[in-house]
Amino acid sequence: MPASYIFRRLLWAIPTLIGVAIVVFVLVRVVPGDPIAMMLPPGATADDVGRLRAMYGLDAPIAKQFVAWSGEVLRGEFGNSISLRDKVSSLILGRLPATLELVVVAVAAACAFATVLAISAVFFRGRWPELAVDAGTGLALAIPDFLWGLLFILVLGVLLPWFPISGRIDPTLDFDPATGFYLAEALLRLKWNILGNLLSHIALPALALALPLTAALTRVLKGSLIDVMNQDYVVLARVKGYSRTRTLWRVALRNALIPTVTLTGVQFSFLIGGTVLIEHLFSYPGIGNLAIAAVTQRDLPLIQGLILTFAILFILTNLLVDMTYGALNPKVRQT
Amino acid sequence: MTPLLDIRDLDLTLDGRVRLLRRVSLVVETGSIVGLVGESGAGKTMVSRAVLGIEPANARVTHGAILFDGRDIARLAEDERRHLLGREIAFIPQNPMTALNPVVRIEPQIADVLRMHLGLDRVASRARALGLLNDVHLREPERVLRAYPHELSGGQRQRVLIAIAFACGPKLIIADEPTTALDVTVQKQILRLIRELQRNAGTAILFITHDLGVVAKLCDHVAVMHGGRVLESAPASQLFERPAHAYTRALFAATPRFDRPGELLQPVPVALSERLNREAGLLDRNLPGGGRA
Amino acid sequence: MKRFISLMRHPRIAFGSGVLLLVFIAAIAAPWLAPHDPLEQDLLNSFQPPVWSGGDASHALGTDSLGRDILSRLIYSARPALIVAFIAALCAGILGTALGLAAGYFGGPIDSAVSRLVDIWMSFPSVLLCIVLAAVLGAGLHTVVIAIIIIDWTRFCRVVRAETMVQKGQDYVASALTIGLKPARIVTSEILPNVAPLLLTLFTLEMGIAIVVEAILSFVGLSVSSGVPTWGGIIQEGRLYVNQAWWLMALPMACIVVAVLGLNALGDGLRDAIDPVKAR
Repeated sequence: MPASYIFRRLLWAIPTLIGVAIVVFVLVRVVPGDPIAMMLPPGATADDVGRLRAMYGLDAPIAKQFVAWSGEVLRGEFGNSISLRDKVSSLILGRLPATLELVVVAVAAACAFATVLAISAVFFRGRWPELAVDAGTGLALAIPDFLWGLLFILVLGVLLPWFPISGRIDPTLDFDPATGFYLAEALLRLKWNILGNLLSHIALPALALALPLTAALTRVLKGSLIDVMNQDYVVLARVKGYSRTRTLWRVALRNALIPTVTLTGVQFSFLIGGTVLIEHLFSYPGIGNLAIAAVTQRDLPLIQGLILTFAILFILTNLLVDMTYGALNPKVRQT
Repeated sequence: MTPLLDIRDLDLTLDGRVRLLRRVSLVVETGSIVGLVGESGAGKTMVSRAVLGIEPANARVTHGAILFDGRDIARLAEDERRHLLGREIAFIPQNPMTALNPVVRIEPQIADVLRMHLGLDRVASRARALGLLNDVHLREPERVLRAYPHELSGGQRQRVLIAIAFACGPKLIIADEPTTALDVTVQKQILRLIRELQRNAGTAILFITHDLGVVAKLCDHVAVMHGGRVLESAPASQLFERPAHAYTRALFAATPRFDRPGELLQPVPVALSERLNREAGLLDRNLPGGGRA
Repeated sequence: MKRFISLMRHPRIAFGSGVLLLVFIAAIAAPWLAPHDPLEQDLLNSFQPPVWSGGDASHALGTDSLGRDILSRLIYSARPALIVAFIAALCAGILGTALGLAAGYFGGPIDSAVSRLVDIWMSFPSVLLCIVLAAVLGAGLHTVVIAIIIIDWTRFCRVVRAETMVQKGQDYVASALTIGLKPARIVTSEILPNVAPLLLTLFTLEMGIAIVVEAILSFVGLSVSSGVPTWGGIIQEGRLYVNQAWWLMALPMACIVVAVLGLNALGDGLRDAIDPVKAR
């Protein structure tokens, strides 16, 4: 896949982002209910409200507000959060690594599980492992990730207290990270006890996110593996002396991944939306949790900043999925 | 001397009910080319699949034996069969457009058999792959090694597949209509290539085809199949001069001949087909494999 | 009646309609079924366990942090759940069906406009859209309903559009055209009845989705005010005290899971029973 293609895709993302920015900006400003009034104690005078409004630039006409705001956004500033009294950009950047780690762990787990499950189902075609995989994916898809998260809290966090159910790391641990990427840092600095603690915290939220994704991936991958197994080149591999296992892993899997990536690419970007709830559920300090807090507090600058962040993440995820597709499919790579 | 491949009274049964092959016997001598002819659905491909052990999942060998080098391979364990396939018995598929793995370059698709069966390392397998591509007369073998299948023409791909089949110096190659998917001009080149390589390596070939013209040019011995049975089996010269079975004669009458231009072609009479089916105890619904030969 | 009995022979339909009936009865007859007032606090008797883990028989499923009777709260929670599920699924269905019929029947620019809109709509993750809408509209039951309608009309639209295109190719539409019926008449009296079985299935499935969305929004505090009992609200409270009283979270979860699985089973069962070709 040529670099110019990626560049073109990135250019295309710009109008999308501007569109999202305008919609969010307008939407947030036509809402009923006054966030400024909510900030002040009940006895505040109209004067106080006016002064605070001016302070946040909410008294200017909407078009002027937008110009001022987009100018700041271009400089990487999203204004100040009303409820948390801090810069929106630093709030988001501080929380983003936690969410990214959660998403990466969940996607990696889902891909690994789905591959193993789909391959076992195809290997044991028509026998109990296939039936078990079919039943399991059916159940995983019938129950939404929100309920899976609750179920994990209940069963693996409380009834069998194997995993912690809130937070990202045990606060009593002596760990002072230089970046927000705790997992990566603990791994690179070889702090095994901290890595273990981080992993035990991320296990349940990642599992709750990964479960529906695993089920969707497994179904599609299994279907395309079955299709691919009937292809002439798979038969030829068998006739060349490949074992069944080797045929599945080395020949069928790579070909079956191509339609799987196409059909499930959307799921990956939906996963980012899923983090909102799951983070809230597990009190995990990422941007999803921040988003819920922002919405319940009606913190306009924070909401705008977060939604733009999510939009950028979506665009990047889609780009990543496209690039994976290109890397897997030589016909695309060379055109 | 024991023949290289000796199929004896083979029955292949689908789901325990439908018999795809009935008492098929066929002999391939070392270094010879045997043609297996018949219409679509005659069971030719089923014979090749049974020899290769890639018959449909719900099909079983219920009678008879497939002796390869004196050893019955019809009921071989998967592991043992694996060491035979690609090394001693190779395969040239029907459709070169779909038989190569589309996401892998040509080099690993040739090198994998060399590494698996001959234990060659990276450098040695690459050198051998280049040699093989030269043997099948592909121009720019270096470029072909680096190419993906979709960058090659049908004829080029069939040459690659022939190179793969001959890679480990097999004793027997099963060629399943290797030219039907190709242009007529390319067909001739490919046939000439197979003949040339076969002579040089002394490989035996079981050549499956419905093209009697090809059989006449290529084969030492011919077996005619219909409805899952071998109707007639004879040396090529004898079969073409004095076909013994009515069906074989009907098949000849349905084949165009360059030495008799303008002659009217006769379809195989329906009555004959039906009589044969009745003899074989086959009902129409029992005909093998959904129209596949 | 005969039709009804034959439908009940399908185990999934029987199970699903049983569950739906149960929720329906709970919602309607809540004041008579509930042993206590769901809002009545009894701080001396907070965190009573359910009766099988040694609780008092007067609170069969125990009490919450304020000593309110959980069974009564669960029963009353069927009301918002059912209201949201029914109204939201109905409105989303009407909106989606109208657009789907128009796109499928008229084709051309109408079709491409609607299809493009659906594509854009579906590429946006629903949870986020939902939360943005909740932020804009403020907390409340109406927010939940509107959010579901705005997000999920596409489900109906896509299916109805495809089905309408199939139906349009059928002979009966051609003959209706030759006798001079107007398009609006053909759509409502000829095509709609043929799409109806499919709509029923979608509607059932959508109700299940709506119940979950309502629970999610109550859980994050964006649904009805905290006094009114909802399954999601009870879960949210249970999450806070999960280490002291796990049943507080488990019981409403069980309600939601059973309701959702029931509605899924009903929807899938209806699809298979009505259209054997689509049975998988």
